[in-house]
Amino acid sequence: MVNQTMQSKISVQNLTLVYSDGVESLTDISVEVIANAVNVFFGPAGGGKSSLLRAFNRLNDLADVRHLSGKIWFNGKNILDPDTDVIELRRKIGMVFSRPVPLPLTLWENVAYGLLLAGEKNKSRLDEAVEKALRLAALWDEVKDRLHDPASAISGGQQQRLCLARVLALEPEVILLDEPTSALDPVSTAKIEYSLLELKEKYTIVLVPHNVQQAARVADYAAFFLQGRLMEYGIGKQLFVSPRVKETEDYVTGRFG
Amino acid sequence: MKTIEYSRKMKQVEVMGINLLRLITLLTALPVIGVIVFILIRGLPAISWEFLTQMPQDGMRAGGILPAIMGTIYLTVGTAIFSVPLGVAAGIYLAEYASDNPATRLIRIAIINLAGIPSVVYGLFGLGLFVLFLRLGTSILAASLTLSIMTLPVIISTTEEALRSVPNAFRVVSTSLGGTRWQTTWRITLPQAMPGVITGIILGLERAAGETAPILFTGAAFFLPRLPSSPMDATMALPYHIFVISTSVPGMPLQIQYGTVLVLLVFVLGMNLIATLIRNRARARRQW
Repeated sequence: MVNQTMQSKISVQNLTLVYSDGVESLTDISVEVIANAVNVFFGPAGGGKSSLLRAFNRLNDLADVRHLSGKIWFNGKNILDPDTDVIELRRKIGMVFSRPVPLPLTLWENVAYGLLLAGEKNKSRLDEAVEKALRLAALWDEVKDRLHDPASAISGGQQQRLCLARVLALEPEVILLDEPTSALDPVSTAKIEYSLLELKEKYTIVLVPHNVQQAARVADYAAFFLQGRLMEYGIGKQLFVSPRVKETEDYVTGRFG
Repeated sequence: MKTIEYSRKMKQVEVMGINLLRLITLLTALPVIGVIVFILIRGLPAISWEFLTQMPQDGMRAGGILPAIMGTIYLTVGTAIFSVPLGVAAGIYLAEYASDNPATRLIRIAIINLAGIPSVVYGLFGLGLFVLFLRLGTSILAASLTLSIMTLPVIISTTEEALRSVPNAFRVVSTSLGGTRWQTTWRITLPQAMPGVITGIILGLERAAGETAPILFTGAAFFLPRLPSSPMDATMALPYHIFVISTSVPGMPLQIQYGTVLVLLVFVLGMNLIATLIRNRARARRQW
């Protein structure tokens, strides 16, 4: 199924998750996230993709989870263990959300935020990290002259790249993107997608795409989720061209969605 | 034709309705404006530099009201010292940390009910606890503590409210970037909620500054020949002074009474104005 020479970055084993209200749960999920690749989790809304992403950085801790079992291996440790340092984990596994949410701070402070929280105080080191992250997110040239303006002053597409830069500044190992382009215009969407293709050289990307077309465009590996179950996963090109499961085929060809 | 006729009628009714509401709103504002204008007209002639900066003379029938003004300032500051840190801390805890369980629900109900207790009850409570049991005597300290208990629910609930109005997305983002709850609160949530918090503090203190009953038994003095020199001294205060010169001093010139009322009104409305300015400025600068 997945090429075994590829190195797995995150390994999910029999993950089951139920929220207190019973909505959007995961049932016995086992899946690999491949290093230095774009891993796409796709499927209709309510399939559990976001929940899985939020399990990777333990953001689910903020939600009302009734039941959580199974294992998620990352760097040789089960991150669901109660003794996991979640702060450290979240610095290594960054997240970009569907709606760009700039913190109510300046552009500079937004990008430096994670480092500031980690205790970095050296101004020149922070400046350097901010510039590097903004360049990686292809935003530097557009905002370099107004780094100390409020982050809300830039456009939606720029804000989303700012959110990406904010994550990159922490130099994470994995970047989770939960429908990062759902609120963006096509040009901004293309910019983000292009960034992802560049970023996978250095980072592991997990993307919940906002439609099948996007999934097909960027996926190295793809996993199809339906109602909390993993229907199939494998190499992106194969999965989109010749799905093995009927539900995947129906969804990919647009027969339901 | 019929429908046009009908809609014209509807429009007339609508205009009448709006004007009626406008009139009612104006009527409700009228007493407030009336009070302010009345006090201004009657009290303004009494106001002079001497009135604000001198001690009372001739059994309070002449001279200034400096000790009452200073006393109200002392009590307000004293109340702020106790109620602001405690109230804001409790508000932060309730909004950011406390989980929704029977215990915290009970605390919330207690706070809401605390706000509804008549102020004279606080006065008697302060007398029992601070003046007698803790042996603080009738003092600025005992009165400030009593006023603090009265002010606390206002500060706690406005702080909690202000924090809750900050979008949750900020908390999620901050957490996802490795922020602890403490860091998120200090760097994002509390600064964003600050205008609301400050408004709550000022409104709470404003109420404390204008109250008579809670200080009646705990720290207010009928007349003192000099200014208090320590928190353990009793003090004169504007609201109680107004009560005294209106009921207990025969031959009191009306002008001094109105002058004193005007000073208290300016003090309280001034705080209100500051709160409004802070709120409006913050609203204009808000990014969400």
